[in-house]
Amino acid sequence: MTAWFVRRLGYFLPILLGVNLLTFALFFVVNSPDDMARRHLGERHVSPAAVSDWKRAHGYDRPAFLNPAQNGLAMVTDTLFFAGSSRLFSFNFGRSDGGRHIGWDIRQRIWPSLAIALPVLILELLIAVPLGLAVALLRGSAFDRGLTLLCVAAMAISSLFFIIAGQFLFARMLRLMPISGFAEGWDALRFLLLPVVVQVLAGLGARVRWNRTVFLEETSREYVRTARAKGLSEARVLFRHVLPNAALPLITTIVVTLPGLFLGSLITESFFAIPGLGSYTIDAIQNQDFAIVRTMVFLGSLLYILGLLLTDLAYAWADPRIRLGGN
Amino acid sequence: MLRRVLALCGVLLSALFCGSSGANGGPWNAPYPLSDRGRSVLFSTFQTSPRHLDPVSSYSENEAIFTGQIYEPPLQYHYLKRPYALVPLTLQAMPEVDYRDATGRRLEEPVTEQAVASVIYRLRLRPGIRYAPHPALARDRAGRYRYHALTKNEIAEADTLAGFSATGTRELVAADYVHQIKRLAHPDLHSPILGFMERYIEGLDALARTLREERSHSTDPLDLRAFPLVGARVIDRYTFEIVLKERYPQFLYWLAMPFFAPVPWEADSFYGQPGMADRNLNLDWHPLGTGPYMLAENNPNRRMVLVRNPEFRGENYPSLEAQTTKRGPAPPSAEPRLPRIDEIHFMLEKEEIPEWNKFLQGYYDTSPIAPDGFEQAIRFDAQGKPEITPEMRAKGIRLSVATRMSISYVGFNMLDPVVGGRGRRARLLRQALAIAVDTEELISIFGNGRGVPAQGPLPPGIFGHRTGESGINPVVYRWQDGRALRRPLEEAQMLLAEAGYPDGIDPATGKSLVLHLDATSSGPDTKALFGWYRKQFARLGIDLVVRSTDYNRFQEKVQQGEAQIFTWGWNADYPDPENFLFLLYGPHGKTRHLGENAANYANPGFDALFHRMRTLPNGPARQKVIDEMVSLVRLDSPWLWGFHPQAYALEHAWMDAAEPNLMARNTLKYRQIDPSLRVKLQARWNEPVRAVVWGVAIGVLVLMAVVVWRVRQRARAVAP
Amino acid sequence: MPGLIPAFASVATEPMGLQLLPTDLLFLGALALAAVYGHSAAREPLARARWSRVLHSPGGGIACLVLSVYLAVAVLDSVRVERAEQAPLTVLDLVLTPLRTGMETTYSAPFATHAHARENLEHAPGLWVRDYPRLKFGGRHLALPEETARDLVRRIALGTALGFGVFVVLTLVINQLRGRSLRGAITQWWEPAWRWHWSALGVLCLGITIVGCLADGWHVLGTDKVGQDVLYLSLKSVRTGLVLAVLASLITLPIALVLGVLAGYRGGWVDDVIQYLYTTLSSIPGVLLIAAAALSLDLFLSREAGALHSLALRADLRLLALCAVLGLTGWTSLCRLLRAETMKLSTIEFVASARALGSPSAALLRRHLLPNLMPLVIITTVLDFSSLVLAEAVLTYIDIGVDPSTESWGNLINGARLELAREPVIWWSLASALGGMFGLVLAANVFADTVRDAFDPRLGPDAKGVQGRA
Repeated sequence: MTAWFVRRLGYFLPILLGVNLLTFALFFVVNSPDDMARRHLGERHVSPAAVSDWKRAHGYDRPAFLNPAQNGLAMVTDTLFFAGSSRLFSFNFGRSDGGRHIGWDIRQRIWPSLAIALPVLILELLIAVPLGLAVALLRGSAFDRGLTLLCVAAMAISSLFFIIAGQFLFARMLRLMPISGFAEGWDALRFLLLPVVVQVLAGLGARVRWNRTVFLEETSREYVRTARAKGLSEARVLFRHVLPNAALPLITTIVVTLPGLFLGSLITESFFAIPGLGSYTIDAIQNQDFAIVRTMVFLGSLLYILGLLLTDLAYAWADPRIRLGGN
Repeated sequence: MLRRVLALCGVLLSALFCGSSGANGGPWNAPYPLSDRGRSVLFSTFQTSPRHLDPVSSYSENEAIFTGQIYEPPLQYHYLKRPYALVPLTLQAMPEVDYRDATGRRLEEPVTEQAVASVIYRLRLRPGIRYAPHPALARDRAGRYRYHALTKNEIAEADTLAGFSATGTRELVAADYVHQIKRLAHPDLHSPILGFMERYIEGLDALARTLREERSHSTDPLDLRAFPLVGARVIDRYTFEIVLKERYPQFLYWLAMPFFAPVPWEADSFYGQPGMADRNLNLDWHPLGTGPYMLAENNPNRRMVLVRNPEFRGENYPSLEAQTTKRGPAPPSAEPRLPRIDEIHFMLEKEEIPEWNKFLQGYYDTSPIAPDGFEQAIRFDAQGKPEITPEMRAKGIRLSVATRMSISYVGFNMLDPVVGGRGRRARLLRQALAIAVDTEELISIFGNGRGVPAQGPLPPGIFGHRTGESGINPVVYRWQDGRALRRPLEEAQMLLAEAGYPDGIDPATGKSLVLHLDATSSGPDTKALFGWYRKQFARLGIDLVVRSTDYNRFQEKVQQGEAQIFTWGWNADYPDPENFLFLLYGPHGKTRHLGENAANYANPGFDALFHRMRTLPNGPARQKVIDEMVSLVRLDSPWLWGFHPQAYALEHAWMDAAEPNLMARNTLKYRQIDPSLRVKLQARWNEPVRAVVWGVAIGVLVLMAVVVWRVRQRARAVAP
Repeated sequence: MPGLIPAFASVATEPMGLQLLPTDLLFLGALALAAVYGHSAAREPLARARWSRVLHSPGGGIACLVLSVYLAVAVLDSVRVERAEQAPLTVLDLVLTPLRTGMETTYSAPFATHAHARENLEHAPGLWVRDYPRLKFGGRHLALPEETARDLVRRIALGTALGFGVFVVLTLVINQLRGRSLRGAITQWWEPAWRWHWSALGVLCLGITIVGCLADGWHVLGTDKVGQDVLYLSLKSVRTGLVLAVLASLITLPIALVLGVLAGYRGGWVDDVIQYLYTTLSSIPGVLLIAAAALSLDLFLSREAGALHSLALRADLRLLALCAVLGLTGWTSLCRLLRAETMKLSTIEFVASARALGSPSAALLRRHLLPNLMPLVIITTVLDFSSLVLAEAVLTYIDIGVDPSTESWGNLINGARLELAREPVIWWSLASALGGMFGLVLAANVFADTVRDAFDPRLGPDAKGVQGRA
């Protein structure tokens, strides 16, 4: 167990390093620091001296991976890659290429993101798990067939449509809530209702169907047949036996969404003008602000790793047969 | 268990709806707190977060809307006068200009260009102008600055600017303007106009070198007071001089831009303390100026709030002297002191549709017209003049139309072997394309008719622009029945055949001539736009390949002269023909000289005329030179002249009626609103459809009940 | 459909030469692979039985029919014919020549005779009026716009008759192929097991012929901003959606399967390495990865601009790159699921005991693990298949999807999205794109469900019994 845990923790560094390396490579294939400087300085009257000033001020004047001007260890450390990465690992995200302090911005923007993502996750679970159970229980009935068809149909609709139609119908035609925007405090409820409902609706079809598959798969296992043979009622079989066993795949799918929870939903946030981390990331991609992009990628991968740890722990906790000790 | 879940859901749902329907009776869909509606607050929008509010580095339109209200450069555009005219803002009078020769001797008018070795502008400030309250100016009883020697802990404790409880103010002095001019050379501030101004302001390049040198030794904040600048000097408390190396009459226009607005040295000293930048405490996010408004809330992710500067000296609503244009409305008699509105709230709106809809709902006071709301808002009368639709007029919405000081064009890279150069063949090819690409259709499809087809580089409203028959581009148009008519396609085909491409066939390959259009692809409209361009070129049998790239790559391609044909545009810095004609001035060639002449057009005749035109005062002599220049470039057709976009703006009934001033950025101080009318109309337009809420709630509950009932029925069944 | 005949004639008379773009080749190749699999499956009794169960079930059969219509459109749109001095056209383009060339200036509603927006019209010399101009293609055969309804009824009647004829011929041919006599075909074709299939076939036949008859003189789904026929654009979008989904799945499947099973089965350092790989990759937000890859490809294209004269080739390479990026980033979730499932399965008694008894790994994998993993793979693949079709629209929204010159549902939706604020609303592009996507994704999902029912070993007789009881 301890060995397993240590090995897991040992993943942290190489994965984050790998992620950093990949982001770095991908971004710099596309963007030379000169491009970035020109972009940030504006379009007109930009002199080469201004470009080199900007690069120096933002640390982009150093070589990417190896600095031949330095000796010994400094050859590696006095580089763009090392300086950028080492700062990230100490959670000092520095300033964006646009000049703002990234850590401060993230602290500001995480709350709107969570205010959308958490209700969405909870509502989805609250609706999709009981519905999944219900259809699994009523499998083969008209209700099951109808709901499955509805799910399949809902899955075939682009999420963009839900957003567009939601804004059109509820905000414009029925005037029930603001079209987009955000406010602090309790007033935020008015602004959150539509994005949350839209996101739940858009994801519901897939989730109910997935739950139904998982539950049905569990109900076809040996132990369920044994339980049924013992004369237990279907409800008892489902709640006592199927639900705990089906928890594993459910947990896996939830954990996968964990980074998304913090990083926000890119499309929803930008459509509804929610000042969260999702719209932050989209803006950064569109403005090619590398410092922000790298920070968000770093945080995303960190959350992924945490999620992975949680999944494995959950598996071990839910099913003692899984070997944590390796071979 | 299911039943418990169901009950919980039901309770939550009904609580939510009861809560929302019971809430303070106002409309449900207000995109901001309802309490703000009744106050003297203007609601406006911004599309992209401003990056710099420091006047030394702010250069984009979306920042100007803030900096224009906060900072006060020496001059401003008269709010009502057309054509646009400069008037003093913080000065007592317009600057006095001296021309000196190489020995420093003063030259009398008329001066010849060769004799001028330096130009001196003398500016005299009005006394009694004060800065908005700010912690950087706060002093204790002994007169020492309270927050200029803070420890890191103290800064961490304050955390935000509001954390510094004391504020102070002081009078604006000439040294503040000089300080700001020096800041242009500051190596950490990256002023976008440093490279440009180095050419003109005496000693600015030397100062930039010195500061850069100084910066490479240490990372401490630079105190600019220790570095003199030859070209900007304080004469007395209220007077300063700017020295230019050469004659540059357009410099006055720069003095109306925030680059030359005053910044007190205290601000640099305050924000330069270590630990400030880590909390986003700097001039870029918390500006400090003498203008009518100050920035009270800076949340670039959501909203920016400007409030009335309590220290503002006051200013009167401008008036037109009797002899000037009659176009402006008469100034309202009541409350002539500026600013007239207490607060301005800018809300972030990245997408056009929500912004447009919120305007229609009455939540924004003004709006540009979204392309998609056009048919709904505007229709054209029989003369083709735009007017507002009856349903909009019923709401009291007003329309204002103004042609922008800008041009959107398609450039040919004059260095390109096929389309470039001033040889006969390439020129004929360009002329043929100029006829074939139907700008009127482009404006009608993609701009809803909001544009004026360009007859040359100069937009209407700029000195030198001509209207009527004498103003048309004879290469592309002919004058018939009192209007400009595009020449028929057959003429283009003839020109093309003359150029050696009969029916668009390139004799070298025997196939259609292939040309390349470089453009940035942005948004859904670009596909349609590219398809449209291909269609236009195909009318001549030319195969147009569109190479759409991201913005950076596109810029780089044009810069390096790798583009063949490209889409481009220019917004006027100032309303002078020089600002457009220099886009075709040879020594400003983009590829060879890093200038703004993106087409790399070079014509010695044009360049010589440009030299003369620059320093001539507006008048018949200048008009003649400009006419000559314009006819030269029309013949060469280095651009498909494209169009001058028009700004259509809509305003609600509760806004005061005003003619748009497209050059001035500090216009919000002149505006007025009637909040009580706004509250009334908003409530009338936004009655929520409550029945739907109850319908949905009941539907959901019934559905849940059915599910539970079915499940319970099934669950009771025991397996055999 | 008189307009179609000259189109075919032009195909026949022009000098023929095929020109396939990279995605055409790969897409047709993938279909050929599927055909080879089908051929071999037909010979193996177990596979044959399973697949025939899929085809016999009403859902599976109808989904198959619908999918094959989509596939046919995509295949027709993937075969490019060279033409002298002009850009090559696909067979679909040639078939749809009247739609392709019947351009208007800008928006027009379905079955409209006049444009959607007013223009300045010169009614008489010097008399300019702002009015809705008559369309150049839609309803141009009518002398008066008031005859619209009569013309439509006439065309629908013609289409119905044609469709009925085609349906009867098809029925006879299929029955003939199944070895029935003419008499048997007439008396037995409406047998209960095939009723749904026949009805679906009939509806499809009627739908296609009616739309064909209408499209010959009208814009059935209206026109878009630059006046292109939306029906034509929607049909062209089918290929983009299918190519994207098929090629991305083609890349995803083998990687996920091999790595997932390997990690779950072998454990130890193999597991560590594979986990490292997929964690690293999946922890980068997909949007960013795709954006960066799309931008780098663009860089490549602009460097190689001289070699890539053809716009079609550029757009095609961008599509291919998008497939590759989606494929290479999309395998991680399936891989993780497979690993977890394999880990679980390999601890189950019978596998563990088989392992302990020294049963060779390969046999163990094939006999016990793979069949148990199949439903997971199929379900996830089809879910991904649909989400790939849907993802295209979202990616296009943030400007990193397919090339703007490629006809795709994403581009169509994106263009139409902005039009909803208009008054009167322009709904037809949005509706057509969503409808087209909806049909494809729905068919794919239903198909997957029936495949899963047929292939899942755990849904054997007992599961059927449960279903029968309910």
